Amino acid sequence: MLTFLGNRLLQLIPTLFFVSVIIFSLQQLLPGDPATIMAGEERDPAVIEQIRRQYRLDQPIPIQYFYWVKGVLTGDLGESMRIKKPVRELILEKLPVTMQLAAMAIVIALTIGVSAGIVSAVKKGTLWDYAANVFALWGLSTPNFWLGIMMIFLFSVELGWLPASGYVPLTEDWRQSLASTIMPAFVLGNAIAAVLMRHTRSAMLQALGSDYVRTARAKGLFERSVVLKHAMRNALTPVITLGALELGTLLSGAVLTEQIFTIPGFGKLIVDAVFNRDYAVVQGVVLVTATIYIALNLIADVAYVLVNPRLRS
Amino acid sequence: MVDATLAARLPLAADDGVESPARRALRRLVRRRGAMVGLVVLVTFVLLALAAPWVTPYDPIAQSWLTVRKAPSALHWFGTDEVGRDVLTRVVFGARASLMAGVISIAIALTVGVPLGLVAGYLGGFLDALISRLTDAMLACPFLILAIALAAFLGPSLGNAMIAIGITATPIFVRLTRGQVMAVKVEDYVEAARAVGNPRWRIALVHILPNILPALLVQATLSIAAAIIAEAALSFLGLGQQPPAPSWGSMLNAAQRFLVNAPWMAVWPGLAIFVTVLSFNLLGDGLRDALDPRER
Repeated sequence: MLTFLGNRLLQLIPTLFFVSVIIFSLQQLLPGDPATIMAGEERDPAVIEQIRRQYRLDQPIPIQYFYWVKGVLTGDLGESMRIKKPVRELILEKLPVTMQLAAMAIVIALTIGVSAGIVSAVKKGTLWDYAANVFALWGLSTPNFWLGIMMIFLFSVELGWLPASGYVPLTEDWRQSLASTIMPAFVLGNAIAAVLMRHTRSAMLQALGSDYVRTARAKGLFERSVVLKHAMRNALTPVITLGALELGTLLSGAVLTEQIFTIPGFGKLIVDAVFNRDYAVVQGVVLVTATIYIALNLIADVAYVLVNPRLRS
Repeated sequence: MVDATLAARLPLAADDGVESPARRALRRLVRRRGAMVGLVVLVTFVLLALAAPWVTPYDPIAQSWLTVRKAPSALHWFGTDEVGRDVLTRVVFGARASLMAGVISIAIALTVGVPLGLVAGYLGGFLDALISRLTDAMLACPFLILAIALAAFLGPSLGNAMIAIGITATPIFVRLTRGQVMAVKVEDYVEAARAVGNPRWRIALVHILPNILPALLVQATLSIAAAIIAEAALSFLGLGQQPPAPSWGSMLNAAQRFLVNAPWMAVWPGLAIFVTVLSFNLLGDGLRDALDPRER
C-alpha cells in the first residue's frame, strides 16, 4: 500500500509541474503588452511601469515563471488588481461558500443518482428502467444555467417559495442558509446524479449477474436482502470513487450556478475577476481548482485500493 | 486520404456476400430509434441554420421599440425580446453560432489531439511520457474553468471561445487515441504491416488510424454536445458570441433580467440548447452501441 501511495505521489510531481506551466502560460496569451492590459483604463506610464516591475514582466519568461512558482509554493498567489487584497485571502474567503454548495449537491446527486441506478438495474427492461434512463439523458443534456433560470422562475417568481438569489451563511441562520442554497445545489447535483445513475446501473447489473448473488439467491434470501446487502455493497465501491472524480464537473458547474443565483463563492470570484481583468485572481482560482481536483483524484485512487482487498494485496 | 482508405478497407457492399463492418454498423444504427430521432432533429437544426434568412421574415438584429417584450402570438410565435427582436428568428440564427462552435471546437480538438495521441501511443518512450503528463495536467483543470480562463486571456469573441473549448477538449482525444493505438498496435495485422517493411508513419496512418476511427467518432459526437453547452455557457457569461449577434447563451443572459415580465425569452433558447445537446447524446449513444463489436 505504501509503495502504491509513494508511486502515486511521485506521478503527481510532473502533473503539478505541467499544471503550473499551463496556468502561468495563460498570461502569455494576453494580446499585446500584458502590463498595459493589466493596468486596464489606467494609462499612466508610471503605473504601467510599476506593474511591469511588480510582476517581473521586464524579465525573461523562465525567470518570470521561476518567481511565480516560488510565490505559489510559499502560498503567495499574487494580489488582486481591483480589490487590492492577496488572492490567497480572497480564495480562502470564498471557498467555504462553494464547499457548502458542493457538499449539498453531492448529497442530492448521491440520493437521486444511486437510487435511480439501483431501481433501473433491478427492474431492467421495465418502465422504471426506461424512466431512469430518460432521467439520465435529461440530466446530461440540460444546461445547468438554463435549469437554474427555470427553477428561479418557477419556485421564486411564480410560487414565491424560495429566494431567487443571495446567500446566508450556515453560521448565521441555518434555515435561511438552506433555503438560499437548495435550488443552486439541486442544479449542480442534477448533472452528477445522471452520471452516477449510469455508473450505478452498470455496476449493479454486473453485481446482480455475479456468482455470489446467485449463491445468495440459492440460499433462499429475500430479494431485498440480495439487492441491498449483497449486490449494492459491492457495486457502490466503484460508484463512490468514480463519483469523487465528478467533483471537477461540480467545480465547473459552480461557476455558472453561483453567477445565476448571485452566490458569493469561488465560481463568482473567477467570473468577476474575468470581467475586471484581474488576471492574478483568474490564475489563482484555476490553480486552486486544479490542485483540489488532483488531490481528490489521489484520494479516490487510494480509497479504491483500500476498499478492494484484491488490489490491496 | 484516410476516408478513402477506410472506404477501401471497409467496403459497404462486400462482394462475397459477407456483410461489411461499415454496413453492419449502419444497419444497427438505423435500428436504434433514439439515435435516428437525434439524427433527424440535428439535420433539421442544420437545415434551419443554413436556411435561416428564408425561414423567418424578421431581422435577428434590427430593434423595434414598438414590439418590446411581446408575448408569443401569431405574429411572433416565440414572442419578442427586450428590444423588440423576434425570439424565434434569433433562436434560428443562434443555431448557426452554437452548431458551428460545437463542430469547429471539436475539429480543433481532433486535429491537435489525434496526432499527439498517435505519436504517444505508437512511439512510446519519452515522447509518450511527456505528452501523457501534459494531458494529465490539462485534465486536472476542470473543463469549463479552463475554458473560461483561456477565453478571458484570449479576449471575448466567438472565435476565441471556439479555440478555448477546442484546446480544453484536446486532452480527451489525446488520451483516447493513445489508449486505442496501444490496444491496436499489438494486433497481428499491424505486426504483418511492420514485417513487410512499411515505414512507421504509414503503419500509424494507414493501418492503425482507420481502425480506431469508430471510437473517435463516438467520442467526437458526445464531445460536440459538451462543446455546445460550453459555448452557450461562455456566451452566457459574455465571453463568447458578442451582442447584438444572436447566440443561445447570450439570449439566456439577457432573458435572466426579464424573467418576471418576459419568461418566454428564457424558455426557447434554453430549450434549443437542450434539444440539440440531447440529440447529439442520443446519436452518440446509438453510434457507440452500433460500432461496438461485442454487440452482434
